[in-house]
Amino acid sequence: MDWALIFRSTGQAAIGPDACYYALAASGLNVHIGYTGLLNFGQAAFGAAGAYGLAVAVVTYGVSFWAALFVGLLGSVVLALVLGFPTLRLRSDYLAIVTLAAAEIIRLVVRSVRYTATLGGTDGLQAFGDAFFRLNPFDGASYTPLQFRPDQVWLLVCAWPLVALCCLLTFLLMRSPWGRVVKAIREDEDAVRSLGKNTYWYKMQSLMLGGAFGAVAGIVFAMSKQSVNPDDYGTRFTFTALAVMILGGTARVIGPVVGAVIFIGILQFLDVLLRQAIDAGLVPGWLPIDVNKVAIIRLIFVGIALVLLMIFRPQGILGDRREVAIRDR
Amino acid sequence: MTVDAPASWTTTIAHEPGVAKPDPILVVEGVNRRFGGLVAVDVAHMEVQRGAITALIGPNGAGKTTLFNLLTGFDQSDGGSWRFAGRDLSGVPAHKVAHHGMVRTFQLTKSLALLTVMENMKLGATGQRGERFWGGLLRPLWRAQEKEIEERADVLLERFKLSHVRDEFAGALSGGQRKLLEMARALMVQPDLVMLDEPMAGVNPVLKQSLLTHVKQLRADGMTVLFVEHDMDVVYDISDWVVVLAQGRIIAEGPPAAIGANPKVIDAYLGTHFAEGGGEALGELGPQEHLEVMEVGLGQPLGAEGPGPERPLGAEGTAGDG
Repeated sequence: MDWALIFRSTGQAAIGPDACYYALAASGLNVHIGYTGLLNFGQAAFGAAGAYGLAVAVVTYGVSFWAALFVGLLGSVVLALVLGFPTLRLRSDYLAIVTLAAAEIIRLVVRSVRYTATLGGTDGLQAFGDAFFRLNPFDGASYTPLQFRPDQVWLLVCAWPLVALCCLLTFLLMRSPWGRVVKAIREDEDAVRSLGKNTYWYKMQSLMLGGAFGAVAGIVFAMSKQSVNPDDYGTRFTFTALAVMILGGTARVIGPVVGAVIFIGILQFLDVLLRQAIDAGLVPGWLPIDVNKVAIIRLIFVGIALVLLMIFRPQGILGDRREVAIRDR
Repeated sequence: MTVDAPASWTTTIAHEPGVAKPDPILVVEGVNRRFGGLVAVDVAHMEVQRGAITALIGPNGAGKTTLFNLLTGFDQSDGGSWRFAGRDLSGVPAHKVAHHGMVRTFQLTKSLALLTVMENMKLGATGQRGERFWGGLLRPLWRAQEKEIEERADVLLERFKLSHVRDEFAGALSGGQRKLLEMARALMVQPDLVMLDEPMAGVNPVLKQSLLTHVKQLRADGMTVLFVEHDMDVVYDISDWVVVLAQGRIIAEGPPAAIGANPKVIDAYLGTHFAEGGGEALGELGPQEHLEVMEVGLGQPLGAEGPGPERPLGAEGTAGDG
């Protein structure tokens, strides 16, 4: 067993692009679900809005990369408005169903043959990030001890500060009276309305803010792959982000970041560990585990771990047990 | 001051449904609301006197809460209009209603569990600069205002004896404390009219006394109070005027003593056994009779809504005639 490889690989994943964009996507969900109580099950749609806003603007319409970033962000804000206008009057569980469906509708439209010329169909779109990677100041040497590629380092150096910026925005807003209103809406919307707050508009603002975080996540995701594909923005994107948020602790500013680092880290750790163990012949033959099934089996382990977490630490890693206790009263 | 003395206007105007008040703050005109075939509210005319405590009573399902919901924008009426302090508020959304000085509480207390008591209070203040998205980001913009609001909240918390739980989660409070908090929070809006939906439901006798004092204090402070209550004890104690609703319609109006003697009300709501001495004999209520009324009142379930065996006898029968 090559433990150096296992830990290097784990460390690489824990601060790599996957952890980074899941931290962003989960931060957005945290604004929606954790702080505002908007059960958004369609965060993938916001990720797609960001990624496709960028890629379509660059590849199909020849917009410059930097302007296209704003197209991506704007795309998520518009999506929030379009999605929120009819649905924010719904009770939370209905909102969950509608957002889930909306995300799937968007994915299916994007991958449809009809719009292939514009949106790239199932092949997706590539080569939209060249302007960004041309600015890469890092040279060809690999960066030890984690051995990232230079373009990855460049992306991470730009993307993690975005995570920090999203966290800062969340922190500033949630300690303000604006955050107080939003948290109060999570507790009881009617009470807040009776006190003279336009809850509909607050929910819309929250949807836009968390959606914009989701769009940034989609952009980082697309840049890390240097490609956008419709099926990257399926329910798996949303529910992984959800698991990350719950793992870290809901309604905690850096909960999603901690959750993403640990979640992605553990996933990679299990992946490499299982492969190494199989190679070393440490897995008994009667277990239905082989190299081809590792990707699925590690998810089973993570699933069990999440179930145990919900039983023994329902508040997540950073959450406050007291809050869960009060909620259950 | 003598908050218990009956206001003179209550004796000079007619004791009949829809009677005009000398100085109404709220005027309701032909408001109705149907749920399918059921007429939940059908109020032809109702006026609420400014600076008085008006009780809204009636059997379960009479439409009291629905009327509250309509007036405060939480439900949409099928017709009619109402004016509050001279302004037409029909069809105005709930959050704007509060800005016009009309604030309500809820039958099922809505404390915001995972906000502290102080945060609950501060939420009630209107016109906060920090409640705007971009304003919220910049603390210097709202810090001074926040301090003012906090001071105002502290005064109210002191008055409602909640200072010691100021920094606790509201969800950790007892049911009675939550009732107090909800009322105090509503006052942070600085309203002209406070609408309380069963403020005494599920509250122990000692706390009830303190809540009663608070409600009377609101009147002393110049506010108007309209409240729904099943506890007749409370109704007799604090209200200047009583409006009786049955099957969505106002069947009687008058000062508490007169209402207790009204055969229609006895039939529809208070219960027939109450009228043993005959309706006429109860026309003049002395202190003795008051006690009797209170006993009946205490027999009423606290805060029970929906049909049940505790529904006063004859409630359906009479209301059906109207």
